[in-house]
Amino acid sequence: MTSVSVLDELKKAQILELLEQGKRVDGRALDESREIKIETNAIPKANGSARVYLGETEVICGVKIQPDRPFPDTGDRGLFICTAELLPLSHPTVETGPPQPHVIELARVVDRGIRESHMIDVSQLVIEKDKSVIGVFADNVVVDYDGNLFDACSYAATAALLTSTTPKWNWVDDKPTLVEGDETALPISTIPVSITMGKIGNHIVVDPNGDEWASMDARITITSDSDGNICALQKGGSDGFTQDEISQCGEISVRVGAKIREKLKEAQKGSQ
Amino acid sequence: MGGRDATMVLLDENGIRCDGRKVDETRRIMIRAGGLKNADGSAYIEFGDNKILVGIFGPRDVHPKHMSNTDTGILRVRYHMEPFSVGERKNPAPSRREIEISKVIKEALEPAVMLEKFPRTAVDVFIEVLQADGGTRCAALTAASVALADAGIPMKDMVAAVAAGKVADTIILDVNNEEDQAGQADMPIGYMPSLDKITLLQLDGVLTPEEYKKCVDVGVKGCKVVYELQKKALKDKYFGNGED
Repeated sequence: MTSVSVLDELKKAQILELLEQGKRVDGRALDESREIKIETNAIPKANGSARVYLGETEVICGVKIQPDRPFPDTGDRGLFICTAELLPLSHPTVETGPPQPHVIELARVVDRGIRESHMIDVSQLVIEKDKSVIGVFADNVVVDYDGNLFDACSYAATAALLTSTTPKWNWVDDKPTLVEGDETALPISTIPVSITMGKIGNHIVVDPNGDEWASMDARITITSDSDGNICALQKGGSDGFTQDEISQCGEISVRVGAKIREKLKEAQKGSQ
Repeated sequence: MGGRDATMVLLDENGIRCDGRKVDETRRIMIRAGGLKNADGSAYIEFGDNKILVGIFGPRDVHPKHMSNTDTGILRVRYHMEPFSVGERKNPAPSRREIEISKVIKEALEPAVMLEKFPRTAVDVFIEVLQADGGTRCAALTAASVALADAGIPMKDMVAAVAAGKVADTIILDVNNEEDQAGQADMPIGYMPSLDKITLLQLDGVLTPEEYKKCVDVGVKGCKVVYELQKKALKDKYFGNGED
């Protein structure tokens, strides 16, 4: 995905030429996301799951919830861990083996957006203080690639968490013991939405597709919460943004994010 | 990393922070250009209690060869923390955090370095964090820019970096380790003052849209202060006593 071919150069020229006329290759407005389809409960054996299509990018997220040991300095809080992986079947350039830096970045940025929004109230996920807590693991796998994995993984994880139910454990005989038939929704305090924007020339485009992703000079991912506050951000790519562009991107992320939050809420309702 | 002290006052009634600074004040910053004999360029920075050494090699041949690019030179960055740089010994193998920071710093430097002048070659930036105390990525980026200039690599501008953040509901400049652990938001910013371009930007923590703008503004102003110290470090080495 990072290799540049003659074809990529030609596509970039075409994308830039269209942008000069205020148009995008796939006919979208500059601040318009691709169509988002969310199927919840895609993996019934998980505690919560979602398959998300962002245009032709496809991501599956499964949430597993199980007792775990707390970190030594946070014995009064449960764990939340979100990962992301590119499956070799998602793109011809993806290879097996240890994760590449761009995949590590992807996983960490998706995790950070959800974590920093405090979506999951981890203080309610304690079985026995300092000894046993509930761990929530949201694992994303990318199945098909057409750009903007940051948002696709973030929406998949968020939708999966919104529709997850957690079992209950009691602390009996120094170990967590499952209470049969007592499942509740996760303690959710807000719905984070990540919006990734690409900078191509001097144009800012929301949710770059695969061709735009290969053509962009820089990108920025901004996550906002249900109150319209900004809770995480990551700039990437080999160019910079002016201060005005950074402000503009902040506004776009809150405005476009609000629309996508409604879709996530719909998905949550649909699964109940 | 650091311990949490619930009783610590992050901002007192006079607007003074836990380490005695005002809200818009950076920690003590000392930058030295050069210092390493074998590297093509180098720099050392002390940014508060952070101590970071940067060495540059290149432009030089690329190994492995398939990484080279016939159109342009490539920049490679390794950010690495010594096992003794933090409170509890750090495993010397590169962590996921270090891999991400290496990538973020690389992409912050690329807009500044004129790599197209050196096709088929690589410029290697080796960052070694000897002691860490919050804000290492900004201090490292600041020092790496000076080291690249010291190596004589053609650049459009230097990247200056410092974090802004939110502590006790107040926007502050240069977040230290305690403030990062106990504060409400941390926003590292890398900025090229002459080109007015932000090349590194991250955030964790919740900000209202107004605070977000203010945070960027405070950070950019801080970067301009750091930039003057970067230039002074180079002038000190190449022109003697900091005069033009």
